[in-house]
Amino acid sequence: MTAIPPGLETLDFRFAGTRAVPAFAPVLVGVVGSGNLEVMLEPGDGGDCAVHVQTSARGFAPVWQAVLDDFHHRHDLAGVRVSINDMGATPAVVSLRLDQAVRELQP
Amino acid sequence: MTATTPIARANAVAASAASTSAVAANSYAECSARERLAQLLDPGSFHEWLPPAERVMSPHLAQLGVPSAFDDGVAIGRARLDGRTVFVAAQEGAFMGGGVGEVHGAKLVGLLRRALRERPAAVLLLLDSGGVRLHEANAGLIAVSEVMRAVLDARDAGIPVIALIGAANGCFGGMGIVARCTDFVVMSDLGRLAMSGPEVIEASHGVEEFDARDRALVWRTTGGKHRWLSGDCDALVEDEVAAFRRAAIDAMEALPTARAVTLEALEAEHALLARRLALLDAPVSGDDALALWRGLGVEDAASVPDLDVAEVVALRTGAAVPEHR
Repeated sequence: MTAIPPGLETLDFRFAGTRAVPAFAPVLVGVVGSGNLEVMLEPGDGGDCAVHVQTSARGFAPVWQAVLDDFHHRHDLAGVRVSINDMGATPAVVSLRLDQAVRELQP
Repeated sequence: MTATTPIARANAVAASAASTSAVAANSYAECSARERLAQLLDPGSFHEWLPPAERVMSPHLAQLGVPSAFDDGVAIGRARLDGRTVFVAAQEGAFMGGGVGEVHGAKLVGLLRRALRERPAAVLLLLDSGGVRLHEANAGLIAVSEVMRAVLDARDAGIPVIALIGAANGCFGGMGIVARCTDFVVMSDLGRLAMSGPEVIEASHGVEEFDARDRALVWRTTGGKHRWLSGDCDALVEDEVAAFRRAAIDAMEALPTARAVTLEALEAEHALLARRLALLDAPVSGDDALALWRGLGVEDAASVPDLDVAEVVALRTGAAVPEHR
């Protein structure tokens, strides 16, 4: 991947989870539309839950941190890679999409 | 659904709504592309090529500071429909208006070319697009022209290509042309099909020519009922996923092989279009669409927007359909 020029912001987060998810097929929920986002869950490399965000709304890293902290407290996932493409979704929408993705996890 | 009275239909809708978790599951227009695939095809039969996890994404959007989608706005793959193998593509209109970029277009072309090799019973195109994705400019234009060629190549090889149009964005621009290059077009009354979209016409010819905010006008000139009456679509169905599924199965049965791409068929189509244009040669008083419908033999044209789908289906006359269809 080439470096992302100004316009999009890329954020990475990592959480040490304890709830390991059995092998699963990748899950995709949501759509990259105005005020919306897509969330993909894939099996991760290590025991952590790694979250990669690309967003058109720059400067909201602390809000992402707070929303993902809450997500981690709810689910405590381990061994999951979360990838997000965001087009200005509100924190509530992000939380709902994350929960929707976890619900669709199937071994 | 075959319920005929309003009460029976309401009961049927209520029953099917109760049997699924979401009310929106019944409405084709309200579904996302992936929900349509899950509900229209045989359950669990969709096998996706280049799925989101492969991250085959637009090389252009990030450079413009625009978020990309993992599937570039279209899901393609193999599936079963009523037990038969079909290839299928579903465009996601909520991502960039379903605009066709370089990767999006290449996925459609790849699907159609693979069909030449593996010969499915049909290729289904679930269209939801404003046409070329303008962010990708020439790459998008070239992609759409390649899709047109690939559709015609598939038909020429005898593989029917069926377009389904009933999603919120309609089917406009280059994808409107693609739809009319297929063998068979299924539309709902909510579906729209045209070349230039309403806003484009208003911007280039003025609001006196076309008021894009006049929704009734937009549907009279691009909507499913109009396309049915003028012979531009081959089936008009209710806005229900099950109705689109039924129509796609019927289309497959009606088309064991693709309609031949011949000079005779093209000339018959041109003759039909010339006759249709002549219907509007005389000065038209009032609405163009109503005048055209009257010219096509629909006596009470003004009532068409208020009729339900079954009533409109019964109104089409031979004047709308070319001889080869």
